[in-house]
Amino acid sequence: MSGRRRTTEGVGYLRHVSAIAWKDLRIEFRSREILYTMTFFAVMVVLIFSFAFLKENKDGNVVEVADIAPGFLWVAVLFAGTLGLSRAFDREREGDTMRGLLLSPIPRSAIFLGKAVAIATFMLVVEAVIVPLIWFFFAAPMFGEPLILVCTLLLGTAGIAIVGSVFAGMLLRTRSRDVLLPVVLYPILVPLLIAGIKSIGAMMHGAPQESWFWINFLIVYDALFLVAALWTFESLVIE
Amino acid sequence: MRRNLFYAAAALCIAGFAYTQYLIFYAAPIDRLLMFNQKIFYYHVPSAFVLFSAVITCGISSVLYVKGRQGKHDDIASAAGELAVLFGAIMLITGSIWGKAAWGKWWQWDARLTTSLLLWMVMVGYVLVRKYGGPGSERLAAGLAVFGLADVPLIYFSVRIWRTLHPKTSVVPGLQGPMRTAFWLSVILWLVFFVLMLATRVGTARAERLLEETRERGLDEGLFE
Repeated sequence: MSGRRRTTEGVGYLRHVSAIAWKDLRIEFRSREILYTMTFFAVMVVLIFSFAFLKENKDGNVVEVADIAPGFLWVAVLFAGTLGLSRAFDREREGDTMRGLLLSPIPRSAIFLGKAVAIATFMLVVEAVIVPLIWFFFAAPMFGEPLILVCTLLLGTAGIAIVGSVFAGMLLRTRSRDVLLPVVLYPILVPLLIAGIKSIGAMMHGAPQESWFWINFLIVYDALFLVAALWTFESLVIE
Repeated sequence: MRRNLFYAAAALCIAGFAYTQYLIFYAAPIDRLLMFNQKIFYYHVPSAFVLFSAVITCGISSVLYVKGRQGKHDDIASAAGELAVLFGAIMLITGSIWGKAAWGKWWQWDARLTTSLLLWMVMVGYVLVRKYGGPGSERLAAGLAVFGLADVPLIYFSVRIWRTLHPKTSVVPGLQGPMRTAFWLSVILWLVFFVLMLATRVGTARAERLLEETRERGLDEGLFE
């Protein structure tokens, strides 16, 4: 119990969160399994999209890049993120370590936040590869407004990691979790994807005002689901 | 007493449905713009009412379940989730038939249509999780319902930038005479019908849960293998 009391202090709480996140990152940096597979998968998604959607119209012009590139980016990030989420939580299941985590004298919300931070970090690494790749392949103006790009990616990634970690955590003990994760995750993430795609799209079209509107929307989304996640994770993830 | 009330309401539904058919097809006048097509309105809008009642029932019971973790709230949530999928399907099908007649297209990416479709997808996900998640899935389903409830305003807000083709809700208060009677009677009867189906489904869900609990208790005490 003393552990629980100690954690109510802000600094102690943050230390718990970073301990969990650091644990996941250290395991990952030893094998680099999730990072390599996620990145490869995301690159492949971008390539498949370009084969599917990059066509010339009757006049011989290629489709406007700013209209499609944001969609490529976000769908690749989302798919790769789903992959990373199932894998990161599968590790806990395979090692049967989730019980250990839940028994440790730290609040459950700290476990959840630590996991979310680790997964967001994986996704940001993938994005660091995908964004230059889209710029490279499609000559998309990705770096016109670096601040908007960074804010949109950070907030969008945080949202996917928050909602994803809750559901992946709850799915840990259920059957057929790999198919059920997208089933529960994607409908909830639709507003986030719309905002992310619109924000990057507006940035490419040179309309920063619109981008900032969507960035504010992402802040609201993240805040709302962070509260919902902290509340539900505490009571729904039990062994 | 409760059983009698249930049968009385069921009888009311049967008689009322027959009467509304008469009202819809004979008493209510043909719409000047949409002609006979407008009749689907008496089925489409009540099913939307029921969908949203079911979603709200499911969401609130799930919030209560997350808070108190009592089985009875979970029974209501699961029954309402299934009914939301059923009535949502009716709403989407009748709606696209109406859309084809009114706009010439089966589907439009309008804010209200998109929100309803995504909400319906959340509920389909809810039922899938409950059906295929195995033991422990009711917790995940409750979490999904809570998140889905929080998501609705965000979905609506984020898709609203597209133009809105769907008739405004101001159509409903403007209804006159027999159209108005037929419409509101339909809505009320559909809602009563929803409550009846909900009550029935909650009964079976509770019986299933109690049976499962009894079986587990029996296993714990070594009464059977």
